[in-house]
Amino acid sequence: MVMLAPNQQQTEKLIYERPHSLEEVYTHYCPGCTHGIAHRLIAEVIDELDIQERTILVAPVGCAVFAYNYFAFDSAEAAHGRAPAMATGIKRVNPDSIVFTYQGDGDLASIGIAEAIHAASRGEQLTVIFINNAIYGMTGGQMAPTSLLGQVTTSSPTGRDAQATGQPMRIAEMMAGLPGVVYSVRRSLHDARHVIQAKQAIKTAFEAQMQGLGFSIVELLSSCPTNWGMSPADAVHWVRDEMIPVYPLGDYKVAEALQNKRGRN
Amino acid sequence: MAKELLKGNVAIAEAAVRAGCEAYFGYPITPQTELLEHMSKRMPELGRVFLQAESEVAAVNMVYGAASAGVRVMTSSSSPGISLMQEGFSYIAGSEVPAVVVDVMRGGPGLGNIQPSQADYNQVVKQAGHGDFHPIVLAPSTIQESIDMMVLSFDLAEKYRTLVFMVLDGAIGQMMEPAELPPMREMNEKRPSWALTGQSKRRLNGRLPDKNVVTSIHLGGDELNAFNEKLQAKLAQITANEVRYEESYIEDAEIIVVAFGTAGRVAGTAVKNLRQANVPVGLFRPITLWPFPEKRLAHLAERAKAFLVVEMNAGQMLHDVREAVGCQAPVEFLGRMGGLLPFTNDIEKEVQTIWRRSEVLALHQQN
Repeated sequence: MVMLAPNQQQTEKLIYERPHSLEEVYTHYCPGCTHGIAHRLIAEVIDELDIQERTILVAPVGCAVFAYNYFAFDSAEAAHGRAPAMATGIKRVNPDSIVFTYQGDGDLASIGIAEAIHAASRGEQLTVIFINNAIYGMTGGQMAPTSLLGQVTTSSPTGRDAQATGQPMRIAEMMAGLPGVVYSVRRSLHDARHVIQAKQAIKTAFEAQMQGLGFSIVELLSSCPTNWGMSPADAVHWVRDEMIPVYPLGDYKVAEALQNKRGRN
Repeated sequence: MAKELLKGNVAIAEAAVRAGCEAYFGYPITPQTELLEHMSKRMPELGRVFLQAESEVAAVNMVYGAASAGVRVMTSSSSPGISLMQEGFSYIAGSEVPAVVVDVMRGGPGLGNIQPSQADYNQVVKQAGHGDFHPIVLAPSTIQESIDMMVLSFDLAEKYRTLVFMVLDGAIGQMMEPAELPPMREMNEKRPSWALTGQSKRRLNGRLPDKNVVTSIHLGGDELNAFNEKLQAKLAQITANEVRYEESYIEDAEIIVVAFGTAGRVAGTAVKNLRQANVPVGLFRPITLWPFPEKRLAHLAERAKAFLVVEMNAGQMLHDVREAVGCQAPVEFLGRMGGLLPFTNDIEKEVQTIWRRSEVLALHQQN
C-alpha cells in the first residue's frame, strides 16, 4: 500500500470524456451498431484538430440521417446520395470551412455514386466517411452494392447472385484510381485495435483537407446486427471473418504530403 | 447606362452577375447553354464561384448546398434538365433556403426538340417537386424584362427564403434585342443568421453560437404538419404581396386575350392590330405564373364577354384562367406545340371568330 506524504496533493487526471463535438444525447442506433463508434471517432478527431467551430457536416439518407442531432457543429441534411454535391456547394462558398459527408453504402455506392465519383475526380476539398455495412439499414435490410455474394437480404432472399446483381463494389480501391483523391483507405470497426487504426485514418483524412490537398475518403467496415439477424458479438465477427476477405483493409492511396502522417496500418 | 444589342441568355447571365450572384452551378443544355458559358467566364473573373456539375441532379444539390450557406446562388437549365432537378427543388423548399432557377423552356415530352416552348408550365408552377409547395414563378416576355426580373428574382428569394423561377422560352433565350443592363450591385457580404458558415463565423462577443442545421426532415406527423402549415402561411403571404401582371387595352375590352412570355408578346401585337380594326379586345399578360393573378382575372370576367388563352403548349395555364373566370364567360384556347410560335394572324383570326360569335349572340338576345 502506498502512503501519500501529507504535502503530496492527490491530483485527478481526466483520461476519458465525451468529445465536445458530440452532443450530450442518446442516439437512435441499434445495440451493437458501429455508427456510434464512428461518430465518436470523428468527434474526437475534430476536437483534437480543434476544428469544431469551422466544421460543417453533410448527413446522408440512411441510418445516419439524424447524425446532425449527434454532432455539435453546423450541419446539413442532403437528399439521398447527393451529400458530395451538397458538400461541394457548401465548401465552394465557404473555402475555409472543413466540410465532410458521412454516407452509407446505399447512399454513396448506389444512388450517389455519380456525385461521389465526380466530387472525388474534381479533387474537392472534402472528407468522406463511408460506412460500409453491406446492407441497407434504414429501409430494413435490402441488398446493397456492397452486399457479399450469397448474402441473404430482404431483397436477395436466396442470397446475392453475381450473375443477376454483380460483384460487391470496392469503393476505397475505386476512389484510389482518381487523380483528385489524395487519401483513400479502408479500416474496420470490429475490435479495439482496428477502431484505434480507424481513428488515425479519420484524422489523416481531415488533415488532408486542412492542408488543402484534395479529396479524402475513409471506408469503415461496420456491423448491422439488426438487419444481418445476428447478435452484436456475432456481427463484429462476421465483419472480421466474412467482410475483410472481400474488402481488404489497407491504404489504397496516400498522397506524398501525407506519407509521414498517422493512419498507416 | 445605354442600351446594347444583347442575346437573351447572355443578358440574363450578366444581369445575375450584376444582381450579386455569388455562385452558379449548372449543366449544358440547349437552348440555355450560353447562360452557363457566360457565367464560366464572368464568375471566376470576379472571384466568384462557377462550377459545371456532372449532371443537373448534382447541379441542383450544389445549389442547395451553397443556398444553405446563405449566399446568392442560382442555376439554369431547360425542360429535361428541370425534370432532373425536381428532387433538389423539393429539398430547397422543404428547408426554406433561397435559390434562383432560370428555365429556358424547350419542346417536349422526352427529348422533344430545342425550339421555344411553354410546356413546363405545369412542372414548374404546379408541381416543381414532391410535396406541397410552389416556387415564385416569373415569366418575362422580352430581354429587358428578363434582365429586370433576374435582379428581382434574387430579392424575392431572399425576402421569402424561397425558390424563385424565371421561366422563358427558347426564343427569348436565343434572340437578340437592344436592352439595358443594371449597374453592378454591391455584394452582400453578410450571411443570414441561419446559414451554415461554421460556428466561428457567427461568434458574438466571444460566445460560441448554437449550431445551425439545414434539413427538410420532420419525422413526427404533428411536426411535419406544423411545418407545412407554416410553409402554406408563407405562400399565402407571397400570394397577397407578389402578384404581377400587365394589361393593355383592358378598360373597354369585351374579349381578353391571356398569354405569358413570348406568346404574350405575340398576342400584344395581335391585340394592337385588332384594335386598329375596331375589335374591342385587350391583353392580359400574367408576369407571375405563381402566384397567379386569379383575383384580377375574376374581376375582369365580370364584364368581359369572352377570354382567349394563347400558349405554346397544349393548354396548361388555360386551367388556371378557367378556374379564375369560372362560369362568368367562355374561355377559348389557341395552342401551338412542337416548338412553334403562335402567329399574330392566327390569334387575330381566332379573336375575330369569337367576336363575331358574341355579336351574333348579342343580336339574338336583342331580338
